[in-house]
Amino acid sequence: MAKSKPRVKVPKTADAGEVITIKTLISHTMESGQRKDKKTGDLIPRKIINAFKAEFNGQTVFEAIIEPAVSANPYFEFRVKVQESGEFKFSWTDDDGSVYEKSKKIKVA
Amino acid sequence: MNLDRRQVLALGVGAAVMTAIGLPGVAVAAVGDVEKAIAEFTKGAEITTGKVVLSAPQIAENGNTVPIEVTVESEMTQASYVDAVMILAAGNPNPGVATFKFSPMSGEALASTRIRLAKTQDIIVIARMNDGSCYKDQKTVKVTIGGCGG
Repeated sequence: MAKSKPRVKVPKTADAGEVITIKTLISHTMESGQRKDKKTGDLIPRKIINAFKAEFNGQTVFEAIIEPAVSANPYFEFRVKVQESGEFKFSWTDDDGSVYEKSKKIKVA
Repeated sequence: MNLDRRQVLALGVGAAVMTAIGLPGVAVAAVGDVEKAIAEFTKGAEITTGKVVLSAPQIAENGNTVPIEVTVESEMTQASYVDAVMILAAGNPNPGVATFKFSPMSGEALASTRIRLAKTQDIIVIARMNDGSCYKDQKTVKVTIGGCGG
């Protein structure tokens, strides 16, 4: 399977107190565990991203608990109010235990 | 082997019954599952309508990726903010879709994502405020091609 590659869109600069929009996407098949192998008829085991978390300067700002009903290549868009410059840290947790991470800096004037 | 008319008929009926039994193999969430999930989320709080708005297409051509957006009316301050939003799809094999957790730092309680829908069904969103009160919105999405299983 292709390696999961996270992509995040965060504005580079913002005014203090501004509410910014963050868009995230990670490539992942999100195998639901409901599908059957067409040749053997066996269920394909579930393998999804089950949690997503966004932190800003060490504080959790947004979290998502994800079920198989979220589409492949899970996409999330959410808002954050920024008061100071800092770094966003995003993490995605896979069913197999691996964690994919990405961070983005923002400058607040 | 010679089959007379009666035997042929009996065979036909038997086959029809078999197909009928075979079909529910496509699992659909029981109504009880949805209620249980809601009860767990609200912790017994009364659910009122308003404040939370779900935007979803009326007709989804492809059930594999249905874009949805949830907004909750809130000041998003330390004193009053949206704690979490749960999304349920009543007609999927598992009703749970996702739960979003917000914080006062969110600024605005808005989140959007793309979800899978197995068939035409209701999507239910429930927002829980930090004081425990719950709000609900619901929309029916018509699905042309199902999104679960192949």
